[in-house]
Amino acid sequence: MRARYAYVLTIIISSFILLAYVLDETRTVSVLSFSLRYAVPLILAAMVGIICERSGVINIGIEGQMLMSAFAGFFGAALTGNLIIGTMIGVGTGMIMGAFLATGAVTWKMDQIIAGTIINILATGLTSFFYAQGYVLPAITPQLRVPGLADIPLIGPVFFDNGLFTYAAILAAFVLWILLFKTIWGLRTRAVGEMPGSADTSGVNVQRMRFLNVTFAGALAGLAGAYLSIEAASNFDRGMTAGRGFTALAIMIFGAWNPIGAMAAALFFGLANGLASQLQTDEVIDIPPQFINMLPYVLTIVLLAIVSGRIKPPAAVGKPYEKE
Amino acid sequence: MSSAGSQVPILQVRGITKRFPGVIANQDVSLTVAPGQIVGLLGENGAGKSTLVKMIYGLYEPDEGEIIIKGSSVKLSGPRDAIRRGIGMVHQHFQLVPVFTVAENVILGDEPHRSVFINMKKATQEVARLSEQFGLAVDVNAKVEGLAVGAKQRVEILKALYRRADILIMDEPTAVLTPQETDELLKVMRGFADNGVSVIFITHKLREVLAVADTIEVLRDGKVVGTTTPGKTDQAGLAQMMVGRSVLLTVNKKPAEPGAVVLDVQGLTVATDLGLPAVRGVDFQVRAGEILGIAGVEGNGQRELVEALTGLRHCTAARMSVSGKSTLGQSPHAIHAMGVGHVPEDREKDGLVGPYSIADNLVLNRFDEPEFSSRGVRNRSAVNALATELVSEYDVRTPSIATTAESLSGGNKQKVVIARELASNPELLIASQPTRGVDVGSIEFIHSRIVAARDRGAAVLLVSAELDEVLGLADRVSVMYDGRLVAEMASADVDRASIGRLMAGGDVQQ
Repeated sequence: MRARYAYVLTIIISSFILLAYVLDETRTVSVLSFSLRYAVPLILAAMVGIICERSGVINIGIEGQMLMSAFAGFFGAALTGNLIIGTMIGVGTGMIMGAFLATGAVTWKMDQIIAGTIINILATGLTSFFYAQGYVLPAITPQLRVPGLADIPLIGPVFFDNGLFTYAAILAAFVLWILLFKTIWGLRTRAVGEMPGSADTSGVNVQRMRFLNVTFAGALAGLAGAYLSIEAASNFDRGMTAGRGFTALAIMIFGAWNPIGAMAAALFFGLANGLASQLQTDEVIDIPPQFINMLPYVLTIVLLAIVSGRIKPPAAVGKPYEKE
Repeated sequence: MSSAGSQVPILQVRGITKRFPGVIANQDVSLTVAPGQIVGLLGENGAGKSTLVKMIYGLYEPDEGEIIIKGSSVKLSGPRDAIRRGIGMVHQHFQLVPVFTVAENVILGDEPHRSVFINMKKATQEVARLSEQFGLAVDVNAKVEGLAVGAKQRVEILKALYRRADILIMDEPTAVLTPQETDELLKVMRGFADNGVSVIFITHKLREVLAVADTIEVLRDGKVVGTTTPGKTDQAGLAQMMVGRSVLLTVNKKPAEPGAVVLDVQGLTVATDLGLPAVRGVDFQVRAGEILGIAGVEGNGQRELVEALTGLRHCTAARMSVSGKSTLGQSPHAIHAMGVGHVPEDREKDGLVGPYSIADNLVLNRFDEPEFSSRGVRNRSAVNALATELVSEYDVRTPSIATTAESLSGGNKQKVVIARELASNPELLIASQPTRGVDVGSIEFIHSRIVAARDRGAAVLLVSAELDEVLGLADRVSVMYDGRLVAEMASADVDRASIGRLMAGGDVQQ
């Protein structure tokens, strides 16, 4: 049933886009590119949520993990003068934040919501305190135009002419899908998140699995953070994640904890925003910008209200594993 | 029967002791299992059966003593280690992932693979082969959540066999099965033995252990109190060993003296959580001073029926009344106030508040009555006085009435629920699975209390998946199948075989 809705929705949106493309090529490509850029950090952050929750751990701290990584990545790049080192520092920071959550939520069996909230508060505090003005990045992120593919009308300029992070995000969704549903790691991860007792009695080390998954998921949060400060904004701003970590959790739910589904949901989110801001610039509609900026949040609430209750989360999510 | 006794034992447990804070769960326990032998491990709840097998399965580490598997003394580091040494366990609460397929569940933890990828084709073939070899019919590609209880259990067994277990520990495997499924399982167990797989069969059902075991070990209070064989003993003898005193296996009761109609139900229809029909229009009455027993395999609408009667679930009916007052659309609290006691099937979830004290649990349904509170302030001393009285009257074994309910054993938890529900002298008692997971001694006690309530003039509706319980306790018996009550008869006229057929959807005459 759900799959059918998804197909219908995809077809409607695609035909709408095609129509727009025929009518106005430049604007359509520009809106779609904006949408994809908007979706990139959401895709990455939703993958973090999926890995954690599929393992049975709620990660409400994605926001903080991203913020810390955006901070560390930006200043790392600015101080070393190297974007790659900066990105690696961002990813490393994400992993450290992941390990932080894993220690609290898995090793110490803390309440997972509280453990995540600590990360969010910590990140806001630390990044605001150590924030300094006057630093600039040595370069902008290199764009990769995929030869051949980039020449396809509509799809080419949107999907195959982007910064490196964008490709990484799309690749991450597909790779994670394969990992989750085709590999030993995936089967065990899902078992640990659905029924840890079963995994344990089958000889899977539940605690270790959860710890490692939450930690490595942090690396993706790091990548999302580095994207924001290094590729998207070329700058760090206080609170620049602006709730994306939470929106990503909504996207994860909307995508039914499935990487491809979540990517589609993130793209849909991006499209809604891209469309709204284009209409705004064109002065087709005259709504105060505050309302336009509310859109992602309103959309999150509406979608969650529609969807939640119909989609089943991993059964053991949020419960620290205790042997009987 | 196999002549396994003379061979080299496949598993030996020597002088094992395991202590938990405040209790000795196992004390100097020894056990020997020969290849292809079925060892029945018998004991009440809390006798230490589960602790013992958990040590054999590597979930606990013994404090003293040794475990010898195939001739070598081992120190198991965990289930993985035990599995590697050929020990398999079929858990009482199925350890299966509901959203996985049968094949995925079986291979979890030991997946056939090409590099990091699972070889699903090989997995399905292997599981299908095992299923055929041991006569454990199951659709390998079906999702486990959609399977019936018996099929889920077969998946659990396949899981152990897939790991090449030659010692199979089965923890209360028949607790969830119909009589027919039980017979089927006992046959399968015999098949394992013939294939050289040893079985440790944990149970508290005397009939089954006598039917299938080669030797029987009886545990009481953490110690082995006797080793015997089915040829040398009978049900009464085993029960006495288990409990340490002689036990009444049959319920002692006078003939019923039915009075006025108390519960009157006409055309009751109830839906499941998913909106599917669960109870499809049932009519019945229960009179004062009689016990109506509803037998049937679980999942045929009994839970929904009980929830509808107690106001916990929405329902439609032409009539549903207690002593002439309609209970349709009433809240559970209002229905209780009309004189209805309810012993829910899941005492952990619906019967008790685990972290609350025993005293608080004993007044859960009446804490706001004037006797126990005034103007919103609780009257602790009245609560404690009642609790002290009920704990001694119902023989709840607890250090104090302030102890939390969750720390009690299953039998004692159930006594707390029964005590609470009977304390207000209800006109109607609805008891759902009142002795599930309860030891033999407590079963006897609970049954006598239910009969006493009947003799006092209460109407009793007993819903139980234990056929023996329904037949022993009820005055009239009805069978629930697929949302309907398919027969009604005086319990004296019933024989096990025909009721077993009714439970499986057949009719009496077959």
